[in-house]
Amino acid sequence: MTWLTWRQSRAQTIAAAAALAGLAIVLGVTGPNLAHLYHTSGIAGCLPSGNCRTLVDDFQNKLAGTDAVLEIIGIGILLLAPGLIGVFWGAPLVTREIEARTFPLAWNQSVTRARWMAVKLGLVGLLAMATAGLFSLMVTWWSSPIDTSLSLSGSSRINLTRLGPTLFDTRDLTPVGYAAFAFALGVTAGVLIRRTVPAMAATLAGFAAVQISWPVWIRQHLIAPVHTAVALDPANVFQVKSVNNNMIISAMPTFTQQGAWVLSSQVVDESGHAAHITTNPVCFGGNFAACQAWIGRLHLRQVITYEPASRFWDFQWAETTIFVVLALALAGFCIWWIRRRVT
Amino acid sequence: MTAVLESRGLGKRYGQRWALADCTLSVPAAHVVGLVGPNGAGKTTLLNLAVGMLAPTSGTIEVLGGRPASGPAQLARVGFVAQDTPVYSGLSVDDHLTLGARMNPGWDAALARDRIQHLGLDPRQRAGKLSGGQRAQLALTLAVAKRPELLILDEPIASLDPLARREFLQSLAEFISGRQVSVVLSSHLVSDLERVCDYLIVLMASRVQVAGPVSDLLAAHRKLTGGQSTLEDLVLACMGQAADTTLEARQ
Repeated sequence: MTWLTWRQSRAQTIAAAAALAGLAIVLGVTGPNLAHLYHTSGIAGCLPSGNCRTLVDDFQNKLAGTDAVLEIIGIGILLLAPGLIGVFWGAPLVTREIEARTFPLAWNQSVTRARWMAVKLGLVGLLAMATAGLFSLMVTWWSSPIDTSLSLSGSSRINLTRLGPTLFDTRDLTPVGYAAFAFALGVTAGVLIRRTVPAMAATLAGFAAVQISWPVWIRQHLIAPVHTAVALDPANVFQVKSVNNNMIISAMPTFTQQGAWVLSSQVVDESGHAAHITTNPVCFGGNFAACQAWIGRLHLRQVITYEPASRFWDFQWAETTIFVVLALALAGFCIWWIRRRVT
Repeated sequence: MTAVLESRGLGKRYGQRWALADCTLSVPAAHVVGLVGPNGAGKTTLLNLAVGMLAPTSGTIEVLGGRPASGPAQLARVGFVAQDTPVYSGLSVDDHLTLGARMNPGWDAALARDRIQHLGLDPRQRAGKLSGGQRAQLALTLAVAKRPELLILDEPIASLDPLARREFLQSLAEFISGRQVSVVLSSHLVSDLERVCDYLIVLMASRVQVAGPVSDLLAAHRKLTGGQSTLEDLVLACMGQAADTTLEARQ
């Protein structure tokens, strides 16, 4: 059974190996320059309170245009790879045999259906995880100088920290968990729907929904976030609105904790309640500096809810474990279904 | 001797329609059994139940004394060639033999190799490029080289041209001769079965009409008609009776 599974997935293994080799060449050629640029930039020894901002800006300005493009391509590959694995490896795994009517041949060798399903799931699933893992390994290594500089670059790029939704999904271990889950989701869709194209569509829709909703609604609940209250720096105020003669002030988080994933930031008054401020015409007269100066005299505070950067690996392990366990549950369902439900 | 196929009140329903109903059979070992009936009579359903591809809606079925597809040992004892003789079109002839060897503990590599050689198949040829007759022969090779005690063939020759049909039956007969193997072979063409079968099951409108050794059935039929009737006459007579009964039942 192992041999047949390997033989049937030979083409996709070669395709994956070719894609990995191609990326390895591109990153291998450009990576050393990028690493050299980083090492000579002085970022590694900078102090968060002091010269970091300047060094980071300097480093980012020196980046080649291709490096910026490759950074985005790397993120793109790792965002898409698990979904593509689910759609092109997972969904057709069983439907292909149903549509070509080859399953009676496979199911009448001296191998039970449950074992047939388990071996296919296990081997191709491991292949999917290894592919995603190698992509992630290469991209994580290559982009680590840029990732570090983004984590240090201050509040304006705060969502591009390692714990932020974009980088967290595309670095280190998480792609392995996503690939396992997407693959198992694809197989499950195939087993239930039994036709390749609808199963592919269902897999794509299902995985995209999880991939989008997870960092928005679910990830922050894995480990309870930290709340902190700091004095509002008027320089961080970027928008004021007036609703029913009440001012609503929006401000960037004033924050010195490098690399944190900021979930929310709320402007409050000195007692810690949501600030009720009567609209001041100075803020709507075109002179924003005057408005900021006025806000500064209100002694407002800011409550920031965030996940500290130090939790990066806790989140990586937790999330990878969750998705691998989900994948195993789906795989178990597929085996049970194939055994129970006979065509 | 245990029956190769024993069913009691066996039935399979799809929605409202019974594809097979109230099927009670006991097929003795060491026969070549022809399963005949018009299209849609339930032949494929019966055979799929016998190999465990389907689960019965009612009744029971035992094959070689065991529940169909209940485990690797049971699977190893039954060889099956499904309708339209499926093979993996992307895999070569050689790949199919490797597949058989890897997935069957009782695999007879010499038998498989000899058959492929005898048939003149190129081992490196992709199965998708084979003719219908060659594909059927490859599927049969996979089924026989696992050395089953019972070989089940579902309309293996229905889509073949007359020459390929004859070659297929010939190579099947060669395999059977001198081996302790039972065969169940379905077809809607009685003339095909005449050459190889010594036991007959006539299935019509989801029900078994007649089952027994061909010689007994023919003798009884000849006594009844007094003529030199062939197997075809016998089957047609069975079907005619069944049709009459159905008509009577409707009236």
